Amino acid sequence: MQWFISHKTIRSPFLKTLEEDCNEKISHCYQCGKCSAGCPISFKMDYLPNQIIRMIQLGMEEQVLSSKTIWLCASCLICTSRCPREIDIAEIMDYLRRSAYKKQVMPLEETEVPLFNKIFLKNIEMFGRLFELGLIGMFNLLSGEFFKDMSLAPKMFIKRKIGIFPRRIRNLKEIKAIFRKSGQLGRTKRDRLLQPKLIFLNLSRKFIGKIEKLK
Amino acid sequence: MKYAYYPGCSLHSTAKEYDLSTKEVARALGIELIEIPDWVCCGATPAHITMHLLSLALPVKNLIKAKTMGSYEVVTCCAACFSRLKIANRFMQNDDEHREKVEKIVGEPYKGDVKVRHFLDVLVNVFGLKNLKERLARQLSGLKVACYYGCLLTRPHEVTELDDLEDPHLIDDLMGTIGIEPVQWPYKTECCGASFSLTKTDIVLKLSGDILQMASDAGAEAIVVACPMCQSNLDIRQGMINKKYKKDFNMPIFYFTQLTGLALGIEPKKLGFEKHIVNPMPLLKKIV
Repeated sequence: MQWFISHKTIRSPFLKTLEEDCNEKISHCYQCGKCSAGCPISFKMDYLPNQIIRMIQLGMEEQVLSSKTIWLCASCLICTSRCPREIDIAEIMDYLRRSAYKKQVMPLEETEVPLFNKIFLKNIEMFGRLFELGLIGMFNLLSGEFFKDMSLAPKMFIKRKIGIFPRRIRNLKEIKAIFRKSGQLGRTKRDRLLQPKLIFLNLSRKFIGKIEKLK
Repeated sequence: MKYAYYPGCSLHSTAKEYDLSTKEVARALGIELIEIPDWVCCGATPAHITMHLLSLALPVKNLIKAKTMGSYEVVTCCAACFSRLKIANRFMQNDDEHREKVEKIVGEPYKGDVKVRHFLDVLVNVFGLKNLKERLARQLSGLKVACYYGCLLTRPHEVTELDDLEDPHLIDDLMGTIGIEPVQWPYKTECCGASFSLTKTDIVLKLSGDILQMASDAGAEAIVVACPMCQSNLDIRQGMINKKYKKDFNMPIFYFTQLTGLALGIEPKKLGFEKHIVNPMPLLKKIV
């Protein structure tokens, strides 16, 4: 990996704001690589977790936020629990994803996870508890993989592992208020709970993929 | 013993058998579980990825509901719910800035005083293995299992405060008590891919496939879990794993509560074994 890093990038406030917001000492990282060694998903990532931390130290905000890595982190917390410098790497990944949502920066090859999170939360906001069939249906529809996991469906219904109807909670107003207030206080625009850009990216990616297969 | 019970979304759908068997075991041991009325989802992983305050407010809402029940201890079975409830509690105890904001969101004061326990913790540490042994109706013998803990049951240790971080042993101890032989294997705390089940299925198939392979190499005939996500990835996706990696795993994935229930003499019908995708009946016939 070769980068040209400008003076401006290194001097950017990215590291400092991140350290203040997360209350983590990222500058303490001495690149031992334990996080990447333990990470179960590192084989799919474009940058390893320790590389992401180094990139943060160097102020490379744009590259970090548009990396696939931050969306592939499964929040299994192995990095956090093993870090000898006591840096909560999983929390930093969370922070980076939240900033990516705020700035609407998404990697073009990794669009399903950001879309899924939004659909999941919309589902909770609507019913108070997870309605699996709604979640799967909505995700398949908006991500462009219409028939994904269809073969599992009959078994799931017969064994009554998935309900056909949502079970709403009684006090839905309360939940809606919690969502609204969390959005206001956290300064995340809640009307973007389902971003059109994300849906478009997902559908177009699948569509282009299908055309290329035909070729 | 009386607890407020927070089942979580999975236990009402894909992990119904976990819910059934937990209630049966609790009833048999005289542990009273009262479901928190009108509980809501804890937000799981998508909440803490998307909106930090929401990921604290949703668990806190549930904990406040438990508090109004007059119960100061909440029991949950899902490892993810357990982790989210505990993390929320920690923030409410130690972080004034976040506490103020969350209190504003839920509209009630809360200082993290409701204790959260996993049902495994209740069974092994509160009820005690010694007491459990006295209640056993039968010893299950001749079964070798791999006890799989996954991510969120033990990590991060300063939050969950449950078991050893790298080599947990609570399920192993429990299995040993009811007569089942736990094998030694290195994948106890590996990740199964959990929340990527729908989005990054190929990653889940690889990670879960590795876990199944490692368990079968260690000589296990079944895997015992304490998390509904681990169970669904290993059980429901096992057929897909076999197809993709050309394997022929036929490994039932049990919840620790199901096997404990069997040892307590509860009828297999009541423990939800028929809900498994990989049929556990041939294996069970061997031991019961």
